[in-house]
Amino acid sequence: MSDTATATDTAAKKPARPTVTILAALNKAHFDAMAEDPKIISLGEDLADPEGGGVVGVTRGLSAKFGDDRVRSTPIAEQAIIGAAIGASLVGYKPIAEIMLMNFTAVAMDMIVNHAAKLRFMSGGQTSVPMVIRTMTGTGFGSGGQHCDYLEAWFAHTAGIKVVAPSTPEDAYGLLRSAIDDPDPVIFIENLPTYFAPVSFELPDSSHRVPLGKAAIQREGTDVTLISYARIAGEARQAAEKAAENGISVEMIDLRTIAPWDRETVLASAAKTSRVVIAHEAVKEYGVGAEIAAVISEELFGKLKKPVKRLGGAFSAVPYSKPLETAFAPDAERILAAIVEIAG
Amino acid sequence: MAFQGYEPDNQTLLDIYKRAALLKANDERARKVILSGQIAMVYYSYRGQEIIPSALSAALRDDDYVCTIYRGIHDMLAKGFPLRPLWAELAGRVTGSCKGKGGPMHLTYPPKGIMVTTGIVGSAAPIANGLAWAAQLDKNDRVSVCNFGDGASNIGAVHEAMNLASVWKLPTIFICQNNLYAEHTTFEKMTGGENIANRAAAYGMPGFRVNGNDPAEMYAAAAQAIARARAGEGPTLLECMTFRFFGHSFGDDDSKYIPKEQKAKAMENDPVPAFRAKLIADRVATEEELAKIEADIEGQIDDAVNFALESAWPTPDDLRFDVFEKEIAA
Ligand SMILES: Cc1ncc(C[n+]2csc(CCOP(=O)(O)OP(=O)(O)O)c2C)c(N)n1
Ligand SMILES: [Mg+2]
Repeated sequence: MSDTATATDTAAKKPARPTVTILAALNKAHFDAMAEDPKIISLGEDLADPEGGGVVGVTRGLSAKFGDDRVRSTPIAEQAIIGAAIGASLVGYKPIAEIMLMNFTAVAMDMIVNHAAKLRFMSGGQTSVPMVIRTMTGTGFGSGGQHCDYLEAWFAHTAGIKVVAPSTPEDAYGLLRSAIDDPDPVIFIENLPTYFAPVSFELPDSSHRVPLGKAAIQREGTDVTLISYARIAGEARQAAEKAAENGISVEMIDLRTIAPWDRETVLASAAKTSRVVIAHEAVKEYGVGAEIAAVISEELFGKLKKPVKRLGGAFSAVPYSKPLETAFAPDAERILAAIVEIAG
Repeated sequence: MAFQGYEPDNQTLLDIYKRAALLKANDERARKVILSGQIAMVYYSYRGQEIIPSALSAALRDDDYVCTIYRGIHDMLAKGFPLRPLWAELAGRVTGSCKGKGGPMHLTYPPKGIMVTTGIVGSAAPIANGLAWAAQLDKNDRVSVCNFGDGASNIGAVHEAMNLASVWKLPTIFICQNNLYAEHTTFEKMTGGENIANRAAAYGMPGFRVNGNDPAEMYAAAAQAIARARAGEGPTLLECMTFRFFGHSFGDDDSKYIPKEQKAKAMENDPVPAFRAKLIADRVATEEELAKIEADIEGQIDDAVNFALESAWPTPDDLRFDVFEKEIAA
């Protein structure tokens, strides 16, 4: 039970208001996993407790509990970080490597794309890379063009990597545990501006898992299928609620795993509603929405009442100035407009 | 001698020669097989560089890790990569070590510690550290060898890796095989500073430039670095001087960029026959004994090439497997 619970609601099972954040869920997932399996090790910049336990504290307390051998702060050297994780994973370890911000994966792309993703295949299955790369990103803090891009499409386009992006504390916990358990490399995307929002009532139990590759239908509906993930899933939930007030029944799907994505759930919903909106924060052009829209068209061409509608970030670098930054990514209002348009 | 106490005895010298003779014969066969049209493959001859991995591997254990590069078949054979799965992989057959999915630039054979072969210049170094980190955590005394070229010494990954290895005192051994060329560019033209070995000092680790074509010196330097790593004292950088006799890749006309005299001199000092002659002169082995070793090697290579050529090709359906642990749906 959370220590912010008041005396009056301690009798009740749930506290009166939500107290659990994605940050707390991720921190607990690390603790639970590392306590269960001594082969789980963790590394990254400022990751250990003497350096603050991670820039926002996702790994806080781990090095104190599990020791400096298993939990290591590193030099600022992203290739060295990912390389060390790959090497250790080849011989029985399950490393969790943190790349502080997703844009910094750019300087480690060779390690991720040419090596982590391909060693299993290129070795004919003799070796494998069961590692997790945790990284955070997301617009909203005015950090401009090099600190908040969503780059999931780069990795989703690479055979051999799985890509995950939770939008709730329960999914953050359950997906991280599944990513650690997974025998292949997983990019785990955390959204920076929503780490700290208390949205859930209880921390997940250590047995909680969310399977990779399985989307969540967060709201059932019959008129329009709305697909999203990560922070924009929150905007999509709001848009779906507003749409209901306007008499449009939206089926809202949080993909949760971007690669491999849950075709079955998405196609079943699209077949049911025959109208689909996809929204993500990443630049729209060549984005994840394009792949999903293409598959929906291939599979359900004659059954759609309208072309699939995509919303994504503007085709620009992420801008600094507040009105520009706000205009960059889709929000609940624009998603609602798209729903209304496609439903009409 | 700089590496006192690590000089090879006669038995070790003979062991080194056996490996070097295998490497030399295998390279000669590979070029012949390509020319004959029996196997079409990308091939980076290591001819001239045989002593480095032969001496190094004589000082390694089977369970030590090795990472290497596209020009690395010598490193693998010296470490014990068996010939049949090697040749079958070169031929792209399903019986290859990587089921034909990796090929000459990605040969892998974990039973002998041959963990990663990369076609990306310098990229083995960060991964070799991870293997070393695992050895450190497992407290199993293993070392992790990272092979790379003189050209690779200028890429960021190698520097990131050397620094991390030093900070974490990892049992990583950095083996720079300096053959004086990177593709067509000379060492002088691309290297800041006098040599590569000096760079080790900047990272707080020992660094030595050694004659990579001298079996005794190469062995002693490697054995010392390995002993240091096993004792938990951290990494070492060895810059091993050598030369490649047949250009960058098969078919490369190196007369366009290697001065004739330089190449002629290097080939006159071909390290494998020189080593052979010295073993006989020093009475470590007789001519007959060495000839027998070499004939056996030819027989083993014959067998492996035949095995490869008679093996089946993979089928298109194999593309669905080994992308992930679970196959991609058909
Ligand atoms: C990152 C990267 N850049 C360029 C190349 C193309 N390339 C392949 S080998 C090579 C030369 C490398 O020379 P060196 O490190 O001295 O090794 P050697 O080939 O001499 O053994 C180059 C530039 C590559 N494979 N990877
Ligand atoms: Mg070279």
